[in-house]
Amino acid sequence: MRNIFIEQLIKNAELDKDIVFLTGDLGFNAFEGFAKKYPQRFYNIGDAEANMIGIAAGLALAGKKVFAYSIAPFITMRCYEQIRNNICQQNLNVKLIAVGGGFNYGIQGFSHNTIEDLAIMRVLPNMVVLCPGDKIEAKLALNEVFKYSGPVYLSLGKSSSKKIYSHQPKFKLGQGLLVRQGKDLTLVSIGNIIEDVLEVADKLKDKGFSVRVISMFCLKPFDKKIIIKAAKETKAIFTIEEYSLIGGLGSAVAENLLETNYSDIIFKRFAVPDRYCKRVGSQIYLRKINKLSVGYIVKNILKNINK
Amino acid sequence: MVKINKETIKYYQNIAKEIKQFILNVAYQSQAHHLGSFFSAIDLLTVLYFRNLKINSKKLKDHNRDRFILSKGHAGLAFYSVLAKRGFFSEKELIDNYGRDGGKLGVHPDKDALPGIEVTTGSLGHGLSIGVGLALAAKIDKLSYRTFVMIGDGECNEGSIWEAIMFSSQHKLDNLVVILDYNHLQGFGRAEEVINLAPMADKWQAFGWQVKQINGHNFKEIISAFDAIPFKKNKPSVIIANTIKGKGISFLEDKLESHYKRINKEELEIALKELK
Repeated sequence: MRNIFIEQLIKNAELDKDIVFLTGDLGFNAFEGFAKKYPQRFYNIGDAEANMIGIAAGLALAGKKVFAYSIAPFITMRCYEQIRNNICQQNLNVKLIAVGGGFNYGIQGFSHNTIEDLAIMRVLPNMVVLCPGDKIEAKLALNEVFKYSGPVYLSLGKSSSKKIYSHQPKFKLGQGLLVRQGKDLTLVSIGNIIEDVLEVADKLKDKGFSVRVISMFCLKPFDKKIIIKAAKETKAIFTIEEYSLIGGLGSAVAENLLETNYSDIIFKRFAVPDRYCKRVGSQIYLRKINKLSVGYIVKNILKNINK
Repeated sequence: MVKINKETIKYYQNIAKEIKQFILNVAYQSQAHHLGSFFSAIDLLTVLYFRNLKINSKKLKDHNRDRFILSKGHAGLAFYSVLAKRGFFSEKELIDNYGRDGGKLGVHPDKDALPGIEVTTGSLGHGLSIGVGLALAAKIDKLSYRTFVMIGDGECNEGSIWEAIMFSSQHKLDNLVVILDYNHLQGFGRAEEVINLAPMADKWQAFGWQVKQINGHNFKEIISAFDAIPFKKNKPSVIIANTIKGKGISFLEDKLESHYKRINKEELEIALKELK
């Protein structure tokens, strides 16, 4: 999905001379083209994320449209107070572009993966939070991001290897997307784990269930309507995310459901348990040992709906 | 620039004195603390705002206006008082908004709370990076405005300050000016005892900045320094202003408690008398 971002960045920079790109010393073999084409609008800030966010704020105060780029944990937690005070409180036009996120950095280990970013970005007023799961969602997200003036957190993982959409969906900020229609139960997903979520849906379908799938890659603003509709029309809602059990998609869905007349619906969150994982491995392996394998999810959903 | 004669110095001294009297009255009324910080910074702020900053309180959005960031946000009342004196808003607006329920002016500045407040500050170590961004934007757009950032010595404990310092010299930001209010007292101790940054000037020099060290209460030195900006082409400038916390008020001068103390009526009278 990063390459789609770079294509769009170059295309938009041609039309809009106020676009400036900052990186925290990352982007080898990716951003050289942009740097060469726009040397006055490309800055490698160095390994200094707090400074990068402050500089982004200063540039935005002077009218620039800033894209700041790094790996998810570095561009969120290392400089969180700068994001809060300098970007969000002043409501500046700065886009934080994160790569990795979830377990996308696999064997790189604990420091480079992150399960907390969605939760801590979501809690910031003025912040838009996006985490697409495949190239189609990334394009939809980016179309909106380049039009929108204000703070955005856009997390770009690896694009799902599976085909998610059979048609070209339409998207506006604040919308969840209906990936599959169904009337028995609903799966809600964020990010590239959508590939596994569809497999879960297939397996449940084999057991005779009509399964609705919603991609909530726009976590904030949150599409309350699509969740309430699912609660009204299906018997159960399950959220599936490669992020912390606390504060992310599952929390957002739960918060919204509890304030409706559908709070007694069958509901369960599938997410990374509240602990540090001490094992390394691929994204698939890390999902598996964090209670996010397709088999585990299917088994537990069946247990919940057959109660 | 005009020659710095006695009348010139007297002119700025008088303005500073009036602002100090105003600050004392507001600080007493609102029971504000951080008095020590107001009085270490005010002489510098007075000259900056009344002589050197190219700003117009009637053209707040002028793209080419000089920018000022009070990175050491706890000196907020000193900053607001200078803005009021300079006509950005009235002293009444300041009093009506400062530290009251429903007011817009907290101890630490909030962007656009009142005209002339460009940036939200208060958490130490943020303002300089924002200043770097503003200075960089001026370079990109080939604009002549300058960005001034006032920081404290305690604030120099923050690593982000040094990140910003390194970037500024790397990118030759000679349109960026740091005013370091070096009052040698920080939140909970003497700077030298908490984190000793001496020799301060050598550190900035080693990081590629052009340094001028002055007495931050000597108007001749302040004026000479501000008038000489940028000190060197292709280099960012830093004025290391040796100051005294609570300057001019005997029971506050160079005292740690001046950061926290609230004054009573009797102390207000003493302080006002000492300022004369």
